[in-house]
Amino acid sequence: MNSTLVKKHGFSYAKYGYLFSIPFFIAFLVFNLYPTIYTIVLGFTDSKGLGNITFHILKDDPWKNFRAVLNAPTFKTAVGNTFTLWIMNFIPQITLALILTAWFTSRRNQILGQGFFKVVFYMPNIITAASVAILFNALFGYPKGPVNDLLVNTGLRDSAFYFMNSPKATRWIVAFIQFWMWYGYTMIILISGVLGINPEIFEAAEIDGATDTQIFFQITLPNLRTILTYTLITSLIGGLSMYDIPKMLNNGNPNNATLTANMFIYNQAFQGSYMYARAAAASMIMFVIIAFFSAIVFFLMRDRKA
Amino acid sequence: MTLNRRDGNPVVKAFIYFVCIVLAILSLFPFVVMVVNSTRSTFEIQQHAVSLIPSSHLMDNFKVFEGKPFNPWRGFLNSLIVAVGATALTVYFSTLTAYALVAYTWKGRDAFFTFILCVMMIPAQVTAIGFYQFMYRIHMTNNLLALILPAIYAPGSVFFMRQFMLASLPLELLDSARIDGSKEFNTFNKIALPIMKPAMATQGIFCFVSTWNNLFIPSILLTKDELKTMPIMVSLLKGDIYKTEYGAIYLGLTLTVLPLFIVYFTLSKYIIAGVALGGVKG
Repeated sequence: MNSTLVKKHGFSYAKYGYLFSIPFFIAFLVFNLYPTIYTIVLGFTDSKGLGNITFHILKDDPWKNFRAVLNAPTFKTAVGNTFTLWIMNFIPQITLALILTAWFTSRRNQILGQGFFKVVFYMPNIITAASVAILFNALFGYPKGPVNDLLVNTGLRDSAFYFMNSPKATRWIVAFIQFWMWYGYTMIILISGVLGINPEIFEAAEIDGATDTQIFFQITLPNLRTILTYTLITSLIGGLSMYDIPKMLNNGNPNNATLTANMFIYNQAFQGSYMYARAAAASMIMFVIIAFFSAIVFFLMRDRKA
Repeated sequence: MTLNRRDGNPVVKAFIYFVCIVLAILSLFPFVVMVVNSTRSTFEIQQHAVSLIPSSHLMDNFKVFEGKPFNPWRGFLNSLIVAVGATALTVYFSTLTAYALVAYTWKGRDAFFTFILCVMMIPAQVTAIGFYQFMYRIHMTNNLLALILPAIYAPGSVFFMRQFMLASLPLELLDSARIDGSKEFNTFNKIALPIMKPAMATQGIFCFVSTWNNLFIPSILLTKDELKTMPIMVSLLKGDIYKTEYGAIYLGLTLTVLPLFIVYFTLSKYIIAGVALGGVKG
């Protein structure tokens, strides 16, 4: 009798599991899988022109669009810029986040006002990136702008500097904005990771006379491996999809110095001759690049002991 | 060794506070300049671009927007419609999907969950071209529903809800509801949803903010001025019309950022806790 009850229990309710998953699954099919397949197919067609929805599969030379994208000098520039900008922001970001994490979780130096600092450091992250970029464009204005005013008034420079005309300066500004928007987020994630480590390990280390630096490098960091992997991968995916900041700050200028892969895709599809097919091919190439580098990160950061 | 170990080194501590205060100023300063300059005239800004003293030209700056494409109220309303709609759908259907994963045992459940973990990682922009063409074919460009309905599918949110539900929804409660004759869908709405409120609030805030801030997809779908959302509106401030209207640009930015400031500083406690929880899932 007991077994029939269990069977009845498992059998009669299982259908609700399927039933309640249906809305999610349908939305996935319609709004994600179908557009993904559509994008892949478009990559092998001659689709172009605003308002034109007819296209033909390229039977003679299916990889034409992919070759065109890979051979385009602007695509190489865009991919190179995307990686450069990500690295320029990620290294300072993870370094500062780790330092702040070490300080805020130190058991010897109890820092007051941590709640306030966390709220303020994280704040730029929730502000619309488009607004932030336009604000920074105004702040770095030339010849008159807040930053130039400060530089000249404090005597750091004799005359105003035309930031948005300098490839190097514009890149650093994009990297700085990304860094400034994300270090607080990374710090909060890392702190929550440290709080999840068994406190007995820290106590034992303290009793053994370990210094703060030793504790950080020998206990905290190794225990944060999973969370660091997570941070690295989400930041990589986000960084390689970068669009809003460089687009709104200076539209990829000067000299395409801040043109990113996603801006390249947008420009192919929605400017000039509306080359949807080429944009779709570029999207797929970017997807492969992102998947490849995520896999490398997973591989390098895997737990070798396991 | 008279120093108390708990107190640490006072020089180190002073240095830590110094760095933290510098970073706090760095976070706040651009926004202070923005708000103050939105009350100053273009002439005043050209004389001294940095000032901490507000001036009296707020209304003059506001008049610049009249009859021009940048319409903060329109943008605000459109963003609100999209963000509220998307948030409601994400929160409700993610909880429902998580409930299907937690409350029932069914064939393919684990595979379905693994699948959710995989698709979580795919950035939305990858499929944007196909999505645009699809929406164009079914005449859904320039329709806010094209930005709202896809929110039913939110794998990251389902993942979060499932983790929360596993820890806080006692399955015995569902069994006793069944004995009382409650229908399954009713049990979900009356028993599971109230228990999930904290997780729904967290996911709701994040979904709202990220939808509100989204630029890429709305900017390819919406071409009509009266449908433009806040991030597209704000990009209009870079146009030639406002080139010499410094005060108006700062005011426009302030208006786009203000709603987020209000949401953030009222809910900051929950937001920070939510970010920290998000990290644990890694």
